[in-house]
Amino acid sequence: MIEEKRMLCTGNDAIGWGAVAAGCEFFCGYPITPQNEIPAWFAKNLPEHGGTFVQVESEISSINMLLGFVATGKRGITTTSSPGYSLMQEGISCMHAMQLPAVVVDVQRGGPGSGSIATAQTDYNFAVKSAGHGGCKSIVLAPSSPQECHDLVQLAFHLADKYRILCVVLPDAIVGQSAEMMTVKTIDFEEELPKKTWAIATSGEKKGARLVLDSFMPFNYASYFPIIKRKTDQIEQNEIRYEEKMTQDADILIASWGSTARTSLEAIAKARAEGLKVGLFRPITLYPFPKEALQKAASNVKHVLVVEDNQGQMLQDVEWALEGKKPISFLGIDKRDQPGGMGLLYPKPIIEELRRIEI
Amino acid sequence: MTDKKVRHGNPALFNAMMQPHFCPGCHYGTILRCFAEALEETGVVQDSVLVTGIGCSMVSMHYIKGLEGVVALHGRAPAVATGVKRSLGKDKLVITMQGDGDLSAIGMGEIMGAANRFEKLMTIFLNNANFGTTGGQAAPTSLPGQVTPTTPLGKDTDVAGFPIHMAELMTNVKGVVYSFRGAVNTHKRYNQTRKALVTAILKNKENAGYSFVEILSACPPGHHVKPKDSLALVDKLIGEFPLGEFKNTDRPA
Amino acid sequence: MAVYEVVIDDKRCKGCGICVISCPKDCLEISSNFNQAGYYYPAMVKAEDCTGCGACVKLCPDFAVTVYEPLEETGS
Repeated sequence: MIEEKRMLCTGNDAIGWGAVAAGCEFFCGYPITPQNEIPAWFAKNLPEHGGTFVQVESEISSINMLLGFVATGKRGITTTSSPGYSLMQEGISCMHAMQLPAVVVDVQRGGPGSGSIATAQTDYNFAVKSAGHGGCKSIVLAPSSPQECHDLVQLAFHLADKYRILCVVLPDAIVGQSAEMMTVKTIDFEEELPKKTWAIATSGEKKGARLVLDSFMPFNYASYFPIIKRKTDQIEQNEIRYEEKMTQDADILIASWGSTARTSLEAIAKARAEGLKVGLFRPITLYPFPKEALQKAASNVKHVLVVEDNQGQMLQDVEWALEGKKPISFLGIDKRDQPGGMGLLYPKPIIEELRRIEI
Repeated sequence: MTDKKVRHGNPALFNAMMQPHFCPGCHYGTILRCFAEALEETGVVQDSVLVTGIGCSMVSMHYIKGLEGVVALHGRAPAVATGVKRSLGKDKLVITMQGDGDLSAIGMGEIMGAANRFEKLMTIFLNNANFGTTGGQAAPTSLPGQVTPTTPLGKDTDVAGFPIHMAELMTNVKGVVYSFRGAVNTHKRYNQTRKALVTAILKNKENAGYSFVEILSACPPGHHVKPKDSLALVDKLIGEFPLGEFKNTDRPA
Repeated sequence: MAVYEVVIDDKRCKGCGICVISCPKDCLEISSNFNQAGYYYPAMVKAEDCTGCGACVKLCPDFAVTVYEPLEETGS
């Protein structure tokens, strides 16, 4: 539990506050821009809240260290940015195999390769489609403000424990580095969480050895997949979260996530001043994707515009969700204000695109 | 029958449900017995967690009654063990058991990182100079001239390098308080190795620092020798990897 | 003279012969009997030479050997 307070805070620091508010006891990580403020925050603040901070020799090591920590039944977190998230995939896959609950934060930077150290949303497919090899899916939460970083990290811990699954929080560099006023407080999700009977050495006395093993052990491999199926069915049914704005009367629906949803909101305000009826649909859970909610929101619009700072990744999910019933267009990374790595998607090209759309 | 008194038998900690899954002549079973005896002597099994890497030693925790365990990914056992140790604290012992392909090839970063971070862990390094599980490929510890599937003409040191001496290497890390290399191919060496394991466990129990015990082992299929020649094979390995205690210090300040 | 009884668990034995080689008195030998898995397991051939040192027990990788104390003459 943490004392409720209001403060000016960046998204990166908000992740730290959210983790501490959720009772996280462990952080491990490796420096990488643009999330360096998070390890610094934990190094300074986590010991004060009774937790342990470890700086690790690589992201490969940090995800495995997190695996070891959460195998004992406590809450732990690691944070990284896109190239580091690539390195973590093997460990993430292993955590799915062992069904360990943990939270990984990927503050996205531009990919592929070293790409750019500035913002981008190029990890959508990577984070959403498969957690490493094996095709399991992590719950993926996309915040668009520091307040949401704080709230969604707590939600991530809650869902991780509820379903015994890995949760990924996927802000981008803009969300991580911008400061806004926000409220720090422990959120009560009003749900009882299952006991962690699988964890090692959780009780003082051992009654028979508990083992946390990888699922590839030949005797339980085939029984693993029905368990995962039941779990994902429940998640897809119960845990969908999204935000709708001004969709009631909209002729055009913008579908966007993370920081570009905020950019789109400004474009929508200007477009509405010009008389264009535009609304916003923002998935908060990228997996599970709010398919039915998007269908409903788009049911009365004439056109859907997908805006994201990449080459069209959520676009595929929107096309899948709308099943060809609405015309869809896309505005992405090629509409940035400058070709260099520091370029950004501003509201201007979005407004121009909205004007162009014939309805 | 019941009044027969056992003079030498299986350790009480051995899980008799397990039929050792190792190849005939492999020393891993002997090493597990040695480890079980050391755990018995120190009485720490209830407070211990074993983290194994991928390889033939992967399911070692099953052989010892009451030992909890985590199977880590290939090479990552020291990182996983760090997480477990940081969670369980000073009262618990966290021991990793890794083969040479696991520790000295893919896991070199993790073992060095953990030792250099002054983790209070213990590592049992099973060195059989090849990748046993995957079919006997050359490892960083393989001997010059060793014929393996990946060095069909014999390991050429010009392109594949020389065998890495982990026990000596670990002595250069300040956080390492104990480093030993033993073997289990004679009764005497078996007893020395058990004594070293006991020392390492006690060092670990008092959280003195990182303890490292390397144990040479035979892999008859990997080295293309008959099971009965496995004892002589280890003598050949000892020619490259000298036995002995390389470091035994108090907790560094 | 009382002799130590060396018992080989033939179900566990993989016939590697380590006990045969490790015995300082050469008391054991691979026998012509084989177990369910097809391994020829060893048998005691020189029981009177056995000193009960336990080398065969310790070095057996398959936890298959047990050495018993000699039975008391009066007990049997």
